[in-house]
Amino acid sequence: MNFNFKHEWIETNVGLMMVITMIVISIGGLVEIVPLFLIKDTVEKVAGVRPYTPLESRGRDIYLREGCYLCHSQMIRPLVEEAVRYGHYSLAAESQYDHPFQWGSKRTGPDLARVGKKYSNEWQVQHLIAPRSMVPESVMPNYPWLLTTPLNTSDLVDRLKALRKVGVPYSLTEAEYQRNVKQFGAKTAEMLHIPDAEKNLVKQAQEGNYDGDRNNITEMDALVAYLQVLGTMVDFSKYDADHFAKFR
Amino acid sequence: MAAVSVTSKEQYNFDVVRQFSVMSLVWGVVGMLAGVYIAAELAWPLLNFDIPYITFGRLRPVHTSGVIFGFGGSALFATSYYVVQRTCQTRLISDALAKFTFWGWQAVIVLAAISYMLGHTQAREYAEMEWPIDILIEVVWLAYMAVFIGTIMRRKQPHIYVANWFYLAFILATALLHTFNNLAVPVSLFSMKSYSLFSGAQDAMVEWWYGHNAVGFFLTAAFLGMMYYFVPKQAGRPIYSYRLSIIHFWALSFLYMWVGTHHLHWTAIPDWTSTLAATFSIMLLLPSWGGMINGIMTLSGARDKLRTDPILRFMAVALSFYGMSTFEGPMMALKSVNALSHYTDWTIAHVHSGALGWVAMITFGSMYHMIPKLWDTKLYSQRLVYWHFWLATIGILLYIIAMWISGITQGLMWRTFDDFGNLKYSFAETVAAVRPFYIMRVIGGLFFFSGMLIMVYNIFRTIRQGAREAVELEAKFAAKLAKAGA
Repeated sequence: MNFNFKHEWIETNVGLMMVITMIVISIGGLVEIVPLFLIKDTVEKVAGVRPYTPLESRGRDIYLREGCYLCHSQMIRPLVEEAVRYGHYSLAAESQYDHPFQWGSKRTGPDLARVGKKYSNEWQVQHLIAPRSMVPESVMPNYPWLLTTPLNTSDLVDRLKALRKVGVPYSLTEAEYQRNVKQFGAKTAEMLHIPDAEKNLVKQAQEGNYDGDRNNITEMDALVAYLQVLGTMVDFSKYDADHFAKFR
Repeated sequence: MAAVSVTSKEQYNFDVVRQFSVMSLVWGVVGMLAGVYIAAELAWPLLNFDIPYITFGRLRPVHTSGVIFGFGGSALFATSYYVVQRTCQTRLISDALAKFTFWGWQAVIVLAAISYMLGHTQAREYAEMEWPIDILIEVVWLAYMAVFIGTIMRRKQPHIYVANWFYLAFILATALLHTFNNLAVPVSLFSMKSYSLFSGAQDAMVEWWYGHNAVGFFLTAAFLGMMYYFVPKQAGRPIYSYRLSIIHFWALSFLYMWVGTHHLHWTAIPDWTSTLAATFSIMLLLPSWGGMINGIMTLSGARDKLRTDPILRFMAVALSFYGMSTFEGPMMALKSVNALSHYTDWTIAHVHSGALGWVAMITFGSMYHMIPKLWDTKLYSQRLVYWHFWLATIGILLYIIAMWISGITQGLMWRTFDDFGNLKYSFAETVAAVRPFYIMRVIGGLFFFSGMLIMVYNIFRTIRQGAREAVELEAKFAAKLAKAGA
């Protein structure tokens, strides 16, 4: 080939340098990330996974606000010690409605991917107010204000609408509601209907009585409702032990 | 700012370089103080004081953004503006745009810190800024890009110096990463809250593509740019190998973008992405060490100076830590090692050997070289530079050794089974086991922080001295003129 490449061409031409640099730094991301949006198996089809109810969703907002993800992961790895300590390894499907994902990168505290229903509401409340009263070795901060701060629901509808825009199947119209009935069943579909969100939130908080006070809906109600649903949506007894391995 | 030497005022815009340099030190103090404080909170949780604004979860992003974007970012603006003017022998194309990048960037850091403490966060590690701040970053960054590239286009040399390649790659990559990682839909026009466009597995991939390349381009490529200018300058030697710099520049730029997924080993992403990332992580060792070797060999030409010049020592230690952490990184990217190290303090040790050992040390060295030149004077005290050097080095060692022990302890205790096949340790027991090392980390952090304070004092005296000398010089000048006139 009679093509005598000289690096000098690039070094003396900033436009060329920019173009080549952009190409060089784009390839890795294109190869690794784009296919994940195209390959259907990236997120397995699993029965039971549903978007969060309005109350749980507000609880999740509080989880994000307080930076819980900086010390708690929500991603159980397929390692035997994690299966024993935390339960079945996490599936991609289980965080498919998580905007943003909360897999975390550090376990200063334990993984929370399947913390739901492991402790009573009373335990969660007491532990959030004063962690060391339940676990003396803990280094977690106290969160007493959660119990005294009323849950702000003024922008609840806007929040759910924003989530709907990024792809979470909350329903606004009758058609969307019917689609949800088909996909999640009538009971869940009702909870996902944005026009009824406020009513449903109050109902769930009062029935669930998460913070031990039915009359006041606090941030504690929301956060505990969120924690109690984590990892509980999929019934793993319905699947063979190696069923999910093929999606990896 | 009357005290500006005649040449620099005409030829170069050093005002903006001075401003960024000073703010880099200010954010260094703020960010590192926040770091020491949150480290102390983990050792003594009482320090959270039941005050929402200062709990660990809200202060941690103040620390990371403060040191990465405040300290590191300001240092990169300062040195890139300095280097691009010097090596292109031309003034920044626009003083107004440069000024805008300064005030814009400072606003970003202030707004970020306040909003984190108030609980506004995207909850994406190292990209916690909410959408209005992200938009401001985008605008500032485009202005930065315009100033930097425009200045290169006006260069008086045909060749673009190697340091500028690295700065350029850093600026382009950061624009790309920041844009795609922060795609989100706000709750409303007047709400700070937004939800990310992606979810779950895809979101994780985007975030760690961003997260690791923030390390790769913001904290590595850009600081290599710094290295490629200030190490040869301080050593008084040319770069060891020009060919090596070409090869490792392109290899580094290409390979880094593949490896972010090693933060997601064993998680719910397809295995092939994880395998690719591990493979490319191993390959990345080569260009990383290419840069390290090029720096070290340049220094070794001035070995005698290492004994007498504390600034060169900062640079030598920085390069050593760079070499060490870029070996440790690929090792941790092996799936089997990662199974042990992930989620533990080992990661924290690794980050800090890079951030304190490499990023901060090369910045200190470069600043000690550049700041006296900016104020046209000599450094106030070499002895204080020695003090800073030793405090910083001891601090880093205490810090990473503590986190190594703590991390490996956690990793091993989490996976230990007893004779009956049950887990031997409860999670709480592992927390108790690492507590002494959390205290040791605080001590290491205090060492490093006190070194930083000494630097601030030294630089403060240097700047004052420069201002005084300039006044004296002007007085002398005026006296001479008066005499000549009479």
